[in-house]
Amino acid sequence: MSAASEKLYRYRRMKNLLALVLSALAALFGLFWLVWILWVTLSKGMSHLNLGLFTQMTPAAGEDGGMLNAFTGSLEIGLLAIVIGTPVGIAAGTYLAEYVNHSKLGTVIRFMNDILLSAPSIVLGMFVYITVVVPMGHASAFAGSIALAFIALPVIVRTTDEMLRLVPSTMREAALSLGIPQWKVTVQVLYRAALPGITTGVLLAFARISGETAPLLFTAGGNQYFTANVLEPMASVPTVMNNFAMSPFENWNGLAWAAAFCMTLFVLALGILARAILLRNKVSHD
Amino acid sequence: MTDMNFAAATTLTSVTEQVSARAKLSANNVDFFYKGAQALKGINLNVPEKKITALIGPSGCGKSTLLRVFNRIYSLYPGQEARGEVLLDGENILDPKYSLNRLRSKVGMVFQKPVPFPMSIYDNVAYGIRHHETLPRKVMDERVEQALRQAALWDEVKDKLKNNALGLSGGQQQRLCIARAIALRPQVLLFDEPTSALDPIATGKIEQLFAELKQQFTILIVTHNMQQAARCSDFTAFMYLGELIEHGVTETIFTKPTKQQTEDYITGRFG
Repeated sequence: MSAASEKLYRYRRMKNLLALVLSALAALFGLFWLVWILWVTLSKGMSHLNLGLFTQMTPAAGEDGGMLNAFTGSLEIGLLAIVIGTPVGIAAGTYLAEYVNHSKLGTVIRFMNDILLSAPSIVLGMFVYITVVVPMGHASAFAGSIALAFIALPVIVRTTDEMLRLVPSTMREAALSLGIPQWKVTVQVLYRAALPGITTGVLLAFARISGETAPLLFTAGGNQYFTANVLEPMASVPTVMNNFAMSPFENWNGLAWAAAFCMTLFVLALGILARAILLRNKVSHD
Repeated sequence: MTDMNFAAATTLTSVTEQVSARAKLSANNVDFFYKGAQALKGINLNVPEKKITALIGPSGCGKSTLLRVFNRIYSLYPGQEARGEVLLDGENILDPKYSLNRLRSKVGMVFQKPVPFPMSIYDNVAYGIRHHETLPRKVMDERVEQALRQAALWDEVKDKLKNNALGLSGGQQQRLCIARAIALRPQVLLFDEPTSALDPIATGKIEQLFAELKQQFTILIVTHNMQQAARCSDFTAFMYLGELIEHGVTETIFTKPTKQQTEDYITGRFG
């Protein structure tokens, strides 16, 4: 090797090393905050964990209590939102991928969906407030679910659309070439192929709405007591956390940390489950 | 045979002299357009019954397009349009009144890449049958077994019919796709480069299969592999730039083609 090319080679090694160090530093910088957030949530949350958290209602200031009504409330509001958002989202995503894929209409709908995806959640909350809460006369879990469904909807539309478009077009053609009509091909063959991806999308949408606070403040209101009636105001974990964390009362602050810990674990679990479903599917494809 | 079909057959005199078998499928003056761009120009082709016809030609010559006209699978995509006439047993399948359901139960198709449906081996074969016929369980079992036997796959999968079809090897998957197509008992089978994604051993198995299948089905194969066309087919049609250049008995096409373009292609001077 000549001296000139040796020099060039060393120069390139240096550049490579520099880029590697910089990107590693950037990754560390990002991770640092994440680990810090998790650490604070874990340590503060763990220290306030007790059985009462899951068996007692939200207490008055200075009294003992738990978050049972908020946990069940969040679960109920979130599940109802998913129940409302999933069929609409899957239907819309199917329309996009299978019927208007390359058309102008499809482009317009995808664009609108992206706007909804990035719409500030507080705006959606206000919208549901004037369209549902005001006519009903009071806040309700149902109104909260509608607000959260608006947040889940674009996530589900997008994953359904993308997952269906990932199914090779030859699979459509193969099924159609058996004389099977398009709707049946979509429901019986393409959904099956796209199912792990769509399920993941629904789970991620659920994780996303679990932490939403702003839209619930306007719509689901709050409730110090347990209720399962969706037409009544209902407590939810993020709104209770919002009240308790900012309060001057120590027992409320403690409950807020414990709730933060539980919610983080829940979202983490959903994320892991979603990954696991995708991963398992990948393995079986190979 | 209908008079119409007979007339269509006689338009290609040079071919009909050689093609003694009855034309099962005939394209008469077929044009094809992709969003206005013409991909097929006045194609006339007779596909003899229970014989293997190979379509050869360089990439982009329109051979796959022509194949896709025969079961109207192109109609899935907006902007694709076929004009002219394609007669299947004397009936024009390009007539919008000819139902896709009926057409596709008569004309099956196997694609370049094997695409088993994400379901069990059994269900892959039974899926198409279930749509067209309601059969008792036992009869269905027999139909599935028969299709898998015909596709030379039965012995390899008979103990794992409930397993996911995606677990099969590429060659097995392609034979499963063949089983799925023949399970409907079609009259015509279309193969679009069926072995180009397979290794030589799997290819050999599928080529052996063709000889068996032609006892029962009229077969059309699009292939890039000229040796395959020479080995397997009874008739060969050479296409170039959207036109059918020459069509005749395979041996004649490969030994003494009448057109210069055909000779250039099969001797490897282009394509």
